[in-house]
Amino acid sequence: MTVFIIRRLLQAMLVVFMMSVIVFFGVNIVGDPVYMLVSPDADQADIEAAISRLGLDRPILEQYWLFLKGAAQGDLGDSFIFGEPALKLILHHMPATMELAFSALMLAIVIGIPLGLYAGLYPDSRVSKGIMAASIFGFSLPTFWVGLMLIMLFAVELRWVPATGRGDLGSFLGIESSIFTSDGLSHIFLPALNLALLKISLAIRLTRAGVREAMGQDYVKYARAKGLSTRRIILVHVMKNIMIPVVTVMGLEFGSLIGFSVVTETIFAWPGMGKLLIDAILQLDRPVVVAYLMIIVLFFVLINLIIDILYSILDPRVRLQDQGA
Amino acid sequence: MRKLTTATAVALGVLAIGASAVSAEKLTIGLASEPTSLDPHFHNLGPNNAMSVHIFDRLIAQDEKQRLSPGLAVSWMPVDDLTWEFKLREGVKFHDGSDFNADDVVCTMARAPDVPNSPSGYGTYLKGKEVIKIDDYTVHFKTAAPYPLMGNDISTIPVISEQGCNSTTEEFNAGTAAIGTGPFKFQSYTPGESIVLVRNDDYWGDAAIWSEVEFRPITSGPSRVASLLAGDVDMITGVPTTDIATLRGNDQIQLSQGASNRVIYLHLDQFREDSPFVKANGGGDIKNPLLDVRVRKAISMAISRDAIVDRVMEGVAIPAGQLLPEGFFGVSDKLDVVAYDPDGAKALLAEAGYPDGFELTIHGPNDRYINDAKIAEAVAQMLTRIGIKTAVETMPRSVYFGRASRGAEGDLPEFSFILVGWGAGSGEASSPLKSLIHTFDKDAGFGSSNRGRHSDPETDALIEEALRTVDDAKRQELLAAATERAIENVAIIPTHFQVNTWASKKGLSYIARTDEYTLATGVVKE
Repeated sequence: MTVFIIRRLLQAMLVVFMMSVIVFFGVNIVGDPVYMLVSPDADQADIEAAISRLGLDRPILEQYWLFLKGAAQGDLGDSFIFGEPALKLILHHMPATMELAFSALMLAIVIGIPLGLYAGLYPDSRVSKGIMAASIFGFSLPTFWVGLMLIMLFAVELRWVPATGRGDLGSFLGIESSIFTSDGLSHIFLPALNLALLKISLAIRLTRAGVREAMGQDYVKYARAKGLSTRRIILVHVMKNIMIPVVTVMGLEFGSLIGFSVVTETIFAWPGMGKLLIDAILQLDRPVVVAYLMIIVLFFVLINLIIDILYSILDPRVRLQDQGA
Repeated sequence: MRKLTTATAVALGVLAIGASAVSAEKLTIGLASEPTSLDPHFHNLGPNNAMSVHIFDRLIAQDEKQRLSPGLAVSWMPVDDLTWEFKLREGVKFHDGSDFNADDVVCTMARAPDVPNSPSGYGTYLKGKEVIKIDDYTVHFKTAAPYPLMGNDISTIPVISEQGCNSTTEEFNAGTAAIGTGPFKFQSYTPGESIVLVRNDDYWGDAAIWSEVEFRPITSGPSRVASLLAGDVDMITGVPTTDIATLRGNDQIQLSQGASNRVIYLHLDQFREDSPFVKANGGGDIKNPLLDVRVRKAISMAISRDAIVDRVMEGVAIPAGQLLPEGFFGVSDKLDVVAYDPDGAKALLAEAGYPDGFELTIHGPNDRYINDAKIAEAVAQMLTRIGIKTAVETMPRSVYFGRASRGAEGDLPEFSFILVGWGAGSGEASSPLKSLIHTFDKDAGFGSSNRGRHSDPETDALIEEALRTVDDAKRQELLAAATERAIENVAIIPTHFQVNTWASKKGLSYIARTDEYTLATGVVKE
């Protein structure tokens, strides 16, 4: 297993390096950040000074080499706009995104799996059909529209929760997060729900399909014949077997929750990494865009690794080893 | 325009309305764009400058119409051709209790142009100026040549304390160095989330009516409106034009509007014989028709400013005939909005030798000015109607401005016909004249945003003379004359002045500012 993990980490580094080439050159070909930064009042000399201060007058290969040299020492460059290290900015915004993604994932699991289980066990009931129909909406409605509708309904009309922003922070086991205060929870509810909708639908469908398939299997019939309670059959035997695809997909989706919470964060003015990224893209803050993408690549690689390890725990037949290529 | 009296010193934007009611009241404002730092010298950017006005006073304040009024200086006047004398206000204290005096001014002027890592500093306003302390409450600003805009330039520089002068941008953001003399004190700053300020009860001017102000960045327009409707915030900036009609019908909401100093205009290629985006009918090469003033005039006459204002801007704009709206220093009272006259335009085109028109592409940003892409489309339609078949290409500002400024070979402007805007930060007409109209001259720093490279020696001479003329009345005349000549030559084609909209809950209103700043001191109770 150790060899496996080391090999995977080496592969990860290669992926990250290749991404750095694609991202760095891709981002640096587009646009001209100087005019996003200097005041309109600046004269030609001011503009030239800004260009040389940012190093934009150097050949792109030299810029890339400087970036690589810095990256090797953990320095992904300074934000053009904030003048601070890009990595520091991103790490500063990371907790807000993590708590949002985590809350959304929890919602997806807590709501999606029981509903999917029900729909799988009683496929012909009206409730199940309702659940399945609702899940289609979860898939197909655009996030930004649903987000605005959630705000209009829960914040503007009913006034149950605030429309935007992040609430007070609380501390629990040394972790600072807004999910530990009631004010924080009221703020996170809507964005988390908005972000989770698609994942809830996904969890429902995966669980339902798994349950329907498993219920016809021989081991379920045998367990019945053996006289096990329905409860035990479903919760222990069926659940264990259908969890592998659910864990895989949900794990991968966690990565996408972190990486692509951009829309939700923008609508709910959630001060996370996604909002930082979209602002950086709009203002052409290249170091922040590059650093963000590098971190997301790293995330996906790590999550894949964790999923592989989880597999081996859920299904002893899976061995973590080098599969040859 | 300049009151040199020491008698009534009115703080920037602090209005007497309700000033007696000093009570514990909190105000929450949803901002469309967030400051990038609380270091007042870090980034010369609208949102940063607006925020720093709360904490840091300037020597000279700008009121809501950008007129100069005494701030930390009670008077400023030239004592000889090359020297301006500033008398400082006595008895002013910084938030930490230390006294304000000339040393703070001297070190402020030294730090402002020279902050490490600053994306865009304040050196632009301090170039060629030497600060000399005469006594504790007198400073001299010396220049190499007579300089009339001293007051305007100095009004852009936030004054910090001597202690702040030795502080880093990080210390300002953390609040430890964010110590000014302004009407509000620093309370907390969480980037992306909120900036909280509390009232400075020892303020030298009228105390603010709000005991605490929270600014929350909500960049998405619809979300900002929803936050106001939900009661999360008391006021929002940058109301999307599409929401204005609905909000006007809501009796829980109060709208406040005012013209800004920003003119939206068209720049035309006036320096290339073969302009890349001008083609003969059918796509062949032609000699650039935009070099002919009759063609430029025809284009101006073909554009219905009223239609742009009514249809595209939904009434929230003012048709423009020159560089700044009326009321600003240096505008001409002889210039009217060019009348919409498609037939006259066609006749002029024919006279210039283009009876069947030609082909043109208009380039513009799609995320910079209010409805920018739609305006470009409307202009293209109007020109097509007189025979100039106009295509539209819009792009994000991050791509647009670089290409429009120096996208072609030799760092020349890439496009032939562009839509741009200009906000006169100094609040008077020399700002657009110097940057947009004057011949591009790198060494003198003129024409830095002259993306059409219009060049007329006579206009240049007028502008340069104005910039040497300290006498206000004479300068006003010179600026107006330069503007008239520029418009006569169709150096640029102004279309409209932007109008900004703030929305607040019922019972509050905002005193709209031409510089587009959102100041808590301008939020008043009705």
